[in-house]
Amino acid sequence: MKPTNIHDPNYFHKVVDCQWACPAHTPVPEYIRLIAQQRYTEAYMVNWESNVFPGILGRTCDRPCEPACRRVRTEEKPVAICRLKRVAADHKGDITPYLPHVPKTKNGKKIALLGAGPASLAVARDLLPLGYEIDMFDRDPGGGGMMRSQIPAFRLPADVLEEEVDLIVNMGIDAYYNHEITSMREMLEMNYDAYFVGTGAPRGRDLDLPGRKEVADHISIGIDWLSSVAFGHTTSISGKVIVMGGGNTAMDCCRTSKRLGAENVTVVVRSAFHVMKASEWEKEDAMAEGIPILNNRPPKEFVHENGRLKGVVFERVKPIEDNGRLKYVPTGEPDVFMEADHILMAIGQENHCPWIERDLGIEFDKWDCPILDEDTLQSTHPKIFFGGDSAFGPENIIWASAHAHKAAISIHLFCQGRDPKKDRPPDGVNLISQKMGIHEWSYDAEHDPSQRYIVPHANLRRSLDNIKVEVELGFDEQLGFKEAQRCLNCDVQTVFTEKLCIECDACMDICPMDCITFTENRDEEELRANLLVPAENNEQDLYVSDHLDTGRVMVKDEDLCLHCGLCAERCPTNAWDMQKSVVHNPQLSSYAE
Amino acid sequence: MTFVAKPKIHHPLLKVNEIGLKRRDYEGLVSTLCAGCGHDSVSAALIQACSELSLPPHKFAKLSGIGCSSKTPSYFLGNSHGFNSVHGRMPSVATGANIANRDLIYIGVSGDGDSASIGLGQFAHAVRRKINMLYIVDNNGTYGLTKGQFSATNDRGSTNKRGVPNLYTSIDLVSMALQIGASFVARSFSGDKTQLVPLMKAALLHRGFAFIDVISPCVMFNNHDGSTKSYGYIRDHSAPVVDADFIAPQEEIEIYYAPGTAETVAMPDGSSLRLRKLEDSYNPRNRVDALAYVQNALDEGEVVTGLLYVEDDSVDCHEVLETPDVPLNSLDESVLCPGSAELAAVNDSFR
Ligand SMILES: Cc1cc2nc3c(=O)[nH]c(=O)nc-3n(C[C@H](O)[C@H](O)[C@H](O)COP(=O)(O)OP(=O)(O)OC[C@H]3O[C@@H](n4cnc5c(N)ncnc54)[C@H](O)[C@@H]3O)c2cc1C
Ligand SMILES: Cc1ncc(C[n+]2csc(CCOP(=O)(O)OP(=O)(O)O)c2C)c(N)n1
Ligand code: SF4
Ligand code: SF4
Ligand code: SF4
Ligand SMILES: [Mg+2]
Repeated sequence: MKPTNIHDPNYFHKVVDCQWACPAHTPVPEYIRLIAQQRYTEAYMVNWESNVFPGILGRTCDRPCEPACRRVRTEEKPVAICRLKRVAADHKGDITPYLPHVPKTKNGKKIALLGAGPASLAVARDLLPLGYEIDMFDRDPGGGGMMRSQIPAFRLPADVLEEEVDLIVNMGIDAYYNHEITSMREMLEMNYDAYFVGTGAPRGRDLDLPGRKEVADHISIGIDWLSSVAFGHTTSISGKVIVMGGGNTAMDCCRTSKRLGAENVTVVVRSAFHVMKASEWEKEDAMAEGIPILNNRPPKEFVHENGRLKGVVFERVKPIEDNGRLKYVPTGEPDVFMEADHILMAIGQENHCPWIERDLGIEFDKWDCPILDEDTLQSTHPKIFFGGDSAFGPENIIWASAHAHKAAISIHLFCQGRDPKKDRPPDGVNLISQKMGIHEWSYDAEHDPSQRYIVPHANLRRSLDNIKVEVELGFDEQLGFKEAQRCLNCDVQTVFTEKLCIECDACMDICPMDCITFTENRDEEELRANLLVPAENNEQDLYVSDHLDTGRVMVKDEDLCLHCGLCAERCPTNAWDMQKSVVHNPQLSSYAE
Repeated sequence: MTFVAKPKIHHPLLKVNEIGLKRRDYEGLVSTLCAGCGHDSVSAALIQACSELSLPPHKFAKLSGIGCSSKTPSYFLGNSHGFNSVHGRMPSVATGANIANRDLIYIGVSGDGDSASIGLGQFAHAVRRKINMLYIVDNNGTYGLTKGQFSATNDRGSTNKRGVPNLYTSIDLVSMALQIGASFVARSFSGDKTQLVPLMKAALLHRGFAFIDVISPCVMFNNHDGSTKSYGYIRDHSAPVVDADFIAPQEEIEIYYAPGTAETVAMPDGSSLRLRKLEDSYNPRNRVDALAYVQNALDEGEVVTGLLYVEDDSVDCHEVLETPDVPLNSLDESVLCPGSAELAAVNDSFR
């Protein structure tokens, strides 16, 4: 193999599995260390810069970082990254001194944000410090998009939402709420310098089964129902409720029903339990509240009598593996009839913008998604950019933030007459030695063998009685500290300098995870098979040195490294050094003076 | 010295040996030697050899004298017996222990100071008595622990860290062991585990006195340019003459060797050793030839490594002394005091 180029910004970035997996590339270990040092405000700001909504995300994030966490590979359970984000938010002090300065004199460019969801808000946050004037339009009475209209208060309290939304709005957005956008042409006639479409994926899917029309009054589309609960139009639901669907919306619907007075709530899913779209923890929380989830039951028809819903007939199927894909075949058992007074349909969302005229030069694909440049999020109309759920279909908040950073750079370059694709600044990486003295590192290198700590929950009775009671209580400072100690500091990298190595084997001998091997160079496949312990996880890179004096190379399998620093401790010549990698994924703030 | 504790967790794919243990189960405390000390690699090689042989850790006795090298038994086989004796006196303690309990596997770790300076006489007699043990000398040409004085294996003309040359000829422990009658003699380098580990495995199963002189650089006091025991010097001047492949009894795999280059030595437990000659004129089964070769090479400034001599049908101290088949501590009173009738019979035999 060729020697590894550690100055490629992606090389060490990939070693920080969580940060690499985070769409907004939040420097996770960095903020976790700050939490352990009780520097909550700084930990919060590290988050705020990357993902814009730490308090909200610390409760609701989809957490792509956690399954990626190295600790899953070394010891099973990931660090509770998301819950630690909340610790930073819950315990932070005054952040005003750290906020970016928004200039009074504007730069003369005006931007329109369509929709006031997380995507638009994050674009505004990035553009305001550069002097842009921003108008934001939304049909809802306040900002936040689905974070306000969909995510129930028992998962995301209103004050947490408002604090982070208002912070951005108050940076100087001109917000036009209760403003339905009905024509893109009209918007274009208002002649903004650029447009950002962040209107989400606002249409809930429906199911046209026999009886659907007759019982229309007893069926609600999940997301419409949740928003009418969020805005106080719906305050109760009675009788037997069936929630159809297996995603997070279904979980929010069933838990909300339970709190609004349903006599009994059942979730019925057409597919198997393990392939449901809902996150593991959402399913667990629903079941812990006594809500049964019935799987492998596709609905067949709505049964009604004199215009009243009686219930639903479900087929029974079982999943079988067919070429790695699940196929469902009937079990042969008789269909089941389940009584219901109300049905909440939570079987997915789709993009839908009937208000964008199709003759404006904005092209759409066959799924009704706009055709975009993936690097710039620019549409086929140069002035118009998309982000969040409106771009590629329903995702989540962290993707909305990530898109927003990208789009903000594009909008800025576009407004400055530069090329949004070619003129983007490149990624970069800085490496900073963490050595403080003999046996002293500026990070806590010691490996903490503790198991993941469990987040305490509010009393079940109390939370089922009141939709505003937040279920998760979050870690207190002490638990937060303990959980923070589980982080392996994967951003403190093992950096190898060939010319210093005397090939004494000390590092190889001490490494607890057998990461390091000195061997003859071969091609990657052969090297992987011939290390001290074979490197079977091909998703993780091998770090290969240049040739050493004996002609051999140093090969380090990054997969299970604990970043314990023992290799560097035992190296007599400092050929290994522990260096913090600071990855720069450019954000608009890097353009500001 | 290492202050960060070595984490207890290990690679999930780490192999389990025949007795259900992993390599990590053969470790000891974390070393307090200087970072990069060759002695730590020797300990690591021992850990690997013992775990690959699936030997039970509690069946080992580790013995040592004084020196950095003599500290190393703390750093491997944490769950075994051990005795850290006075300077140069490990061979006597090993002799006593071995005679008393023949069931344990004896590993003596010593230094060049411990064995070639203060303990030279002790060393010679352990060899001569064919004590059944693996005797390792971590040979760095210096007194590491006492801050770098020349030891008796330091070559004449080689300098210390400040550039002062050594005035005396060195003692070659390999030549001594060959001459006094060791039945297994090898030399290796701490920086070459592919050679060292199979040698250790063979030596652990050898019956009789097995000696390995391991050149093991002292990074602190003897790894400079004027040294003949530095990592660089040894890499440039070592000449492997015989490779030994250790073959466990169950793995009678047929390795192909060019005709005439490989010889097989049967081991007491059914395993075997394949000797592969890298140097045609070398004869590892003839004591006199081996000694002559090693001495000639020394004169030419070459450090000969590999399995330099091995005796078929070797003999150990228990055979020489006709000791009982079982450890002495397992003999009960009726055996040790057989009664007045036995005594009378013995007395009668002298009349
Ligand atoms: C029930 C439910 C629960 C969810 N839970 C989570 C969660 O726990 N964690 C998570 O990360 N994500 C969750 N999501 C997904 C997340 O809310 C969205 O991915 C995210 O809000 C998308 O952000 P956005 O800015 O692209 O659009 P949105 O948040 O959808 O905002 C779009 C805004 O545009 C406005 N708008 C749309 N059309 C018009 C128009 N024509 N005129 C005026 N205004 C318009 C809407 O009113 C809305 O305010 C959930 C989604 C649902 C449905
Ligand atoms: C009787 C006695 N004399 C002298 C000493 C001082 N002393 C301690 S270690 C040592 C030399 C050790 O050298 P070596 O055996 O080569 O071990 P190394 O530290 O080099 O591994 C000496 C002379 C002592 N401890 N005891
Ligand atoms: S930091 Fe070094 S010693 Fe520790 S696990 Fe990683 S490679 Fe091994
Ligand atoms: S400990 Fe240092 S000098 Fe020794 S082999 Fe490892 S990197 Fe090289
Ligand atoms: S002084 Fe020399 S022999 Fe002793 S531990 Fe340090 S490097 Fe090893
Ligand atoms: Mg010595």
